[in-house]
Amino acid sequence: MKDPFQSPIVLLGARLLSPYIMVFGWYVIFHGHYSPGGGFQGGALLAASLLLIRVAGGSRLAELQIREFATTPLAVIGVAIYFATGLAAVAAGGYFLDYELLPIPGMEPAWLRYTGILIIEVGIGLAVMAILVMIYDNMVRGEDYG
Amino acid sequence: MADFFMGHYAYWFTIILLCIGLYGILFKKNLIKKTIGLAILQISVVLFFVSVASKSGDVTVPVRDQANFPVEIAANYLNPLPHTLMLTAIVVGVATLGVAFTLLIAIYNRYNTLDEQELIEQFDD
Amino acid sequence: MKALKILILLFFAGIMIFAASDLPNRGDQENLMHAEESITGTVVKGTYFIQNAYRDARTPNMVTVVLGDYRSIDTFGEQVVIYTAGLITLLILRKGRRRMTP
Repeated sequence: MKDPFQSPIVLLGARLLSPYIMVFGWYVIFHGHYSPGGGFQGGALLAASLLLIRVAGGSRLAELQIREFATTPLAVIGVAIYFATGLAAVAAGGYFLDYELLPIPGMEPAWLRYTGILIIEVGIGLAVMAILVMIYDNMVRGEDYG
Repeated sequence: MADFFMGHYAYWFTIILLCIGLYGILFKKNLIKKTIGLAILQISVVLFFVSVASKSGDVTVPVRDQANFPVEIAANYLNPLPHTLMLTAIVVGVATLGVAFTLLIAIYNRYNTLDEQELIEQFDD
Repeated sequence: MKALKILILLFFAGIMIFAASDLPNRGDQENLMHAEESITGTVVKGTYFIQNAYRDARTPNMVTVVLGDYRSIDTFGEQVVIYTAGLITLLILRKGRRRMTP
């Protein structure tokens, strides 16, 4: 957006809300084992907190929060976390994504499954956040310079 | 008859929603409105799956609560499988909607219109 | 042409409502989908997930267990799909921008 909608009140409200939405997104991801929630929902909330600043303040202000070129590596990191978890189970002699054989010492198989689910939820959350922000950025860019 | 109605009206509402989505796809000339119709159609399928997963009686959400609802009796909990399928379907739907709007932006940048009839005329030239 | 389209739409709605009348009642506990055992004698997955999710993964939220453990390869596929969708937006709009501005 070259010419953002200039309103200090809207910008102030967005700046006030954005950190709390982000904290709530991480809460939804990490508390997804005990209440409704998980990687997809938490990632969508994280993306909402980033998009709020992007919509209210324009892309120059949003550069301070997360750079545009940083979204693609974040998405790759999210997918790679998931894939590496599966490959670690394969390397330990199990099936793909069979968390029982993850190489973490001193845990029962059931608790290893708990940990494996937590790891992949974080990966899903990162990937969903980065991709939703990436879609928005590319759409704005295609609109402006097309 | 009343029993049949109470058991099936949720399905009829999702079918009506599906027909609204189909109406948008078939009748509207603007490609953005067609895409909105596609989204409504998808949401109707999601609602249908969620309504299929429900159970009547004293039932709770699929989060374990052993003190009040013993896990061994499966009738205490909603069926978690359709909920999981629809959870992933919603996020994939948002991503594919982003792809659809991206294609529309590319079309608009090239042809300066989103109307179906005008696009066909420009293709013929 | 418009009348034909309306006719097709109404015909479609009629067929769907006729087909929905054969579905089991909403919330029926005797529905085969919620049974313990299917008609071929195998375990019904929804019931299995409710009864064994906590034992297998120590996680109270059954939807998370189904998403991350029992159907984890499916979830991996979904994640690759949304990643591909993001890449498609990147490729289409970046390329169009470069060609359009001389």
